[in-house]
Amino acid sequence: MKKSALPDPFEEARVNKGYGEMDDQNDPVTMILGLKDVRKCAHNWKTFQSGAEPGRIVIPSEVNIRDTRQIPFEVDPPEHKDFRALVDPWFKRPLEADYSATLTQQINDIVDEMLTKDSIEVVEGFSLRLQSRALTLLLNIPYEESETWISWGTHVFRSEGEALDGDKANILYDYIDEKITKAIENPGDDLYSMLLAATVNGKKLTREEVKGVMILTFAGGRDTVINAITNSIAYLAEHPESLNRLLNEPEITGRAVEELIRYFSPLTQMGRVVTEDTQVCEHAIKEDSRISLCWASANRDAKVFENPNDVVLDRKINPHVAFGFSHHNCLGATHARQIMNILLKTLAKKVKSIDIIDYKENIEELGEFNRKVGYNSLTVKFNGR
Amino acid sequence: MAKITFITTDNKNITVEGTSGSVMQLAVDNSVPGIDGDCGGVCSCATCHVHVAPEHVEKTGTASEIEEDMLDLNDYSNEYSRLCCQLEISDKLDGLVLQVAESD
Repeated sequence: MKKSALPDPFEEARVNKGYGEMDDQNDPVTMILGLKDVRKCAHNWKTFQSGAEPGRIVIPSEVNIRDTRQIPFEVDPPEHKDFRALVDPWFKRPLEADYSATLTQQINDIVDEMLTKDSIEVVEGFSLRLQSRALTLLLNIPYEESETWISWGTHVFRSEGEALDGDKANILYDYIDEKITKAIENPGDDLYSMLLAATVNGKKLTREEVKGVMILTFAGGRDTVINAITNSIAYLAEHPESLNRLLNEPEITGRAVEELIRYFSPLTQMGRVVTEDTQVCEHAIKEDSRISLCWASANRDAKVFENPNDVVLDRKINPHVAFGFSHHNCLGATHARQIMNILLKTLAKKVKSIDIIDYKENIEELGEFNRKVGYNSLTVKFNGR
Repeated sequence: MAKITFITTDNKNITVEGTSGSVMQLAVDNSVPGIDGDCGGVCSCATCHVHVAPEHVEKTGTASEIEEDMLDLNDYSNEYSRLCCQLEISDKLDGLVLQVAESD
């Protein structure tokens, strides 16, 4: 059971101090580790700000690779509410029958393809393709466009190393600029066009604001969805009895989705900029420094979760924060949940077992902590029912 | 069969009937506006926040500790707040009136 396990590197610090520390491009971060503290800080948007310099709340910081403010992610209340009200209905579309049916078809097609192969590298061969194809539905644009995004590979902001790469990021930024220009010339039913036509508080969105929403949509749901899918494949490979259980008890699928997302926490943390000298966990935190809301740590908090380091597929009460908490909860959560729900159902129906052939783990270096977040590669064979 | 009335944030009454499952699922299945049930009812979001009519608190009981942890940090919660994913439908809930809570 070792290959699919995702250890909790934060436990000792969470229990003893409640916080951790890391440097990030000379802009240090105090990591908030306990679930209740994470929630309180997430809720306290005045002291722990999202609407800071663009890119500064991301870890690793994106200050040096972008000037565009991501919307509504890097906007504070009260403006946040208005932008959120604009985009929320669009991002709830995954609940619609047509969307769900098309997504189901996409996932069936790719699983069927996997079943014909002797082996498949999951990260690029399955998860990236699934994530990219599903994104065409979220943006409401032609399926063929997904080939471009797949060709970018798994890293939008990085080259093969870990450092953020401005040239790499510009590929995405230039792409979005081009698509906005086309949508201005030829409006359609896509997200770009909806945003370009929209007003917030009586004012049309600027081009830069449209770009800010689109960068968030592309970047926010990429690594996270790929990690969630890949990690879940690894889990099911080592727990074939769970595939059988999901087949025989489909009513637990929704709970299984929440539990896998809690356990794997595809997004480790998100930063905030501190607006006044304050204290968390009896630790002084200075104005204009950064904290992070460490979702991954909060989701393993034994004060809240019984057996936090186990996947309990039918966990009934699961107050995880993998999609964030309070105002800035994840805009793409509905889309992510639908992907995971349909994927689990499809795998349970079609796949008897999954063999892990080879793997290379992806480890995030976070100051005093090293966290496995997923895989750089995972080679498996799908065995059909 | 329990008859449950939701009062929406724009003050419309929606009365629905159910025999089992959670009140949240009943609301979602009947498209009650303002009750999204994003997490499917495991207490991970608060998109099923309702206010129980004061005279009906004995029907529903009060919030659990985990529920309260969620509600404590909700700007629209009060002493009558519940997450209706944690309310199981039974005859005891017949006649229940729930005000759908505002949300950000």
